[in-house]
Amino acid sequence: MEKEVAVIGVGQSSFVRGYEGSIRELAFEAFREAMKDAGVTQKDIGASVFCSAPEYDKQRSPAGVLAEYLGLIPQPTFYIETVCSSSSTGVKVGYSMIKAGLHDVVCIVGFQKMSEITSAESQERMGRGADIQWEAPFGTMMPAYYALYAQAYMAKNGLTHDDLMSVRLKSATYGVVNERAVYRKGVKAADFDASNPEAKMAGPVAWPLRVGDCCANADGSSCIILANKEKAKAFSKKPIWVVGIGAASEAVNMAARPDFAKGLSVGYGAAAQAYKMAGITASDVKVAEVHDCFTIAEIMAYEGLGFAPMGEGKQLIREKATYKEGRIPVNVDGGLLSKGHPIGATGGSQIRTIVLQLRGEAGPMQVAGDPGIGLVHNVGGVGLYGNVTIFGR
Amino acid sequence: MGFEKFGRKSFTAITKTAKFVDLLVEGKVEGTVCKDCGAKFFPPRADCAKCLSKNMDWFEVPKKGTLETFTTAYYAPFGFETDPPYTMGVVDFGDGLKLFARLAKEIKLEDVKVGMAVTTRPLKYDDGQISFEIVKA
Ligand SMILES: [Zn+2]
Repeated sequence: MEKEVAVIGVGQSSFVRGYEGSIRELAFEAFREAMKDAGVTQKDIGASVFCSAPEYDKQRSPAGVLAEYLGLIPQPTFYIETVCSSSSTGVKVGYSMIKAGLHDVVCIVGFQKMSEITSAESQERMGRGADIQWEAPFGTMMPAYYALYAQAYMAKNGLTHDDLMSVRLKSATYGVVNERAVYRKGVKAADFDASNPEAKMAGPVAWPLRVGDCCANADGSSCIILANKEKAKAFSKKPIWVVGIGAASEAVNMAARPDFAKGLSVGYGAAAQAYKMAGITASDVKVAEVHDCFTIAEIMAYEGLGFAPMGEGKQLIREKATYKEGRIPVNVDGGLLSKGHPIGATGGSQIRTIVLQLRGEAGPMQVAGDPGIGLVHNVGGVGLYGNVTIFGR
Repeated sequence: MGFEKFGRKSFTAITKTAKFVDLLVEGKVEGTVCKDCGAKFFPPRADCAKCLSKNMDWFEVPKKGTLETFTTAYYAPFGFETDPPYTMGVVDFGDGLKLFARLAKEIKLEDVKVGMAVTTRPLKYDDGQISFEIVKA
């Protein structure tokens, strides 16, 4: 396992609805925490990378604006975008620059202020992260796209609505204890009771997905500071090494997708690369963050990552194997479903969670057994992009 | 006719495949086929991703397919607010050829099943927009 590039600092704003500030102020929250965590100053940072999905706020070319606000000029800065996986793509680029010897320390900031537009506008923006020429004219939106996968998957593999609900009940368990999560209320099975008009999770959004199957929009920021071996050892008592990186892409149009019942191809492709680079297999992973933008996405992720055989992801949630006490804890910070999904900030937030887990600093979410290897699975669009990043001590 | 006529609401005005809309008006749902390597595409493309040819022809999509998957939207994005509920699905024609569209309003939701036999036909909305939809075979 190669130990050349390490995470030396992590930060995250609280994920909230309606952040009372602008995008530069939002980015500052995560950046400040990561800088204090790393114990570095701006002059130590060789370059910065900013990551978000465009068109949620009005700022064009945000990198220069945010770099100035964070005191990171005149160092090089630029913008990276792969919608929901933007900040894990940013970490891949930061890793590459350090490995290439261009910079010793790179900071990657993910941000998103979704509350500047309405929920319907947000759905339209997200829908346009898919095929605007041939699909958006039908009125597509993210829940509908994932529902296409859910429908085919459930028909073939015997996955039930109760299984999907179980994913949400798990995420809510940890949303309650994560003080940075947007959705901190508990969720119980009765909330999914379709016979009760008061049940807040039961209403259909894009059938077979219900309100409770969908992640929470949020405003938020994340920051990851990467360093080369020499600087990592100089600055950090607990460097967490980036030991595996994989990434893949898939056809944007649903008409060009392979079998829907088999889940997202990018999950399989990115995982295979990352495992190969790290020289490990799925069973070596002790804690994971997966891209649960919808409940069905977590089940499909189990399989893409090799935590369960294809079609058998339901067994993990039925056996509670992905709870904190289980065989392979997944999303024990609340995941996108409860912690929230401020698009450009999500990958960095997932990485922060895994870094804290490997350091033993995850507080009430800490998994037992002193985990040595953790994994982050971050998907952009409807499996348009997929990143898997593996971390080790 | 420009591509702004395509679908419930188009986000693209100009494309080299705008003839697709004219073909819908003629009653045909067509994809493109590469004259050089034979690769077939739906939705249509002006350029071949397999051999990089720009030499494309039109072909009518098969009449018989199966519904691979579907979803019913109870909320809609900005600009589609008056439409829900509406059902969208993917038709598999075999040989790697698939199609994404809405299902015809006339199909009862309880009758829609994964694997059902379906076909496709052009559709004109009251406001003059041109589209195509999935119907029972
Ligand atoms: Zn060709």
